[in-house]
Amino acid sequence: MKHHKKKRSAAGAALKAAFPHTIPILAGFLFLGMTYGIYMNASGFSFVYPMIMSLVIFGGSLEFVAVQMLLSTFAPLQTLLMSVMIQARHLFYGIAMLDKFKGTGAKKPYLIFGMCDESFSINCSAEIPEGVDKGWFMLWVTALNQLYWFCGSTLGGLLGSLITFNTEGLDFVMTAMFVVIFLEQWLKERRHYTALIGVAVSTACLLIFGADSFLLPTMACILCMLTVFRKPIEKSLEGSDDPK
Amino acid sequence: MTLSQQIVTIALCAAGTMLTRFLPFLVFSSKKPTPRFVSYLGKALPAAVFGMLVVYCLKNVNVLSGGHGLPELISIAVVVALHLWKRQMLISVAGGTVCYMLLVQFVF
Repeated sequence: MKHHKKKRSAAGAALKAAFPHTIPILAGFLFLGMTYGIYMNASGFSFVYPMIMSLVIFGGSLEFVAVQMLLSTFAPLQTLLMSVMIQARHLFYGIAMLDKFKGTGAKKPYLIFGMCDESFSINCSAEIPEGVDKGWFMLWVTALNQLYWFCGSTLGGLLGSLITFNTEGLDFVMTAMFVVIFLEQWLKERRHYTALIGVAVSTACLLIFGADSFLLPTMACILCMLTVFRKPIEKSLEGSDDPK
Repeated sequence: MTLSQQIVTIALCAAGTMLTRFLPFLVFSSKKPTPRFVSYLGKALPAAVFGMLVVYCLKNVNVLSGGHGLPELISIAVVVALHLWKRQMLISVAGGTVCYMLLVQFVF
């Protein structure tokens, strides 16, 4: 009984410490999540889709792209490779968190499962106050962020059908989002070799292979180029900020 | 796409994501250093991948007909300008999207 109480207060204290860190994400995820839900609704999917996808995928970029993939013809290999490429940065979040997640016991699988960009950057950088259980702190950060995204997407999916204004052009939200992330990457680098490789290779493959089948060759070419030009690229990356 | 194809597509997205999230914990240990090629890819890939995703979003734009890609071009310029000015993702995304919706609904 006593032990149980202690455990509960540890969780409570950690929640109190974690919540303020997630407030900016609360605003962002509700907005983006709702837009995503409305976008799915406008693309002809019931709210069940964004709801389930926010639970099992929980990765904004990929969930937006998945709408496009659900609207195209069934292409399992491309879907899997595309997911891995879009989410590849998580490999490095994982490497960065190898130590931090140690000793978190039963919470560890969920900490890894739910490690989106935002949860990673909070858990990686936040100074956890002394006396607050770090496992619980990181668990709350992760769970709260997923809750915000879940609520936003589901609400968007539900409210989408109530929207009376013309939603034509709403799909541009995905383009705008990627332009912003790309720009952020661009501003972080001194030289822009990899950014230019990404744009040039994709454009070339799009012209050669066409809109429906350019992704696989693009991904293969990007990996080849990064391997072949590793020396100069690696040199150009020195001095750039580390990826967040 | 049939319902079962949709379920497989969503499951594959989840599987791809989980692969990238769990793999480091299965393969690497915090004691051994990460292979250099892996950490190189970690730095080099994101800019290239997001460049690819921007192109992917624009894959159906036809520069030869319709709006000739002008609504896209103008709205992307708005996104970039807003972002360089405020550095607030939500403002940039919302501003660019509203701009695009107005352009395709009323102008082009």
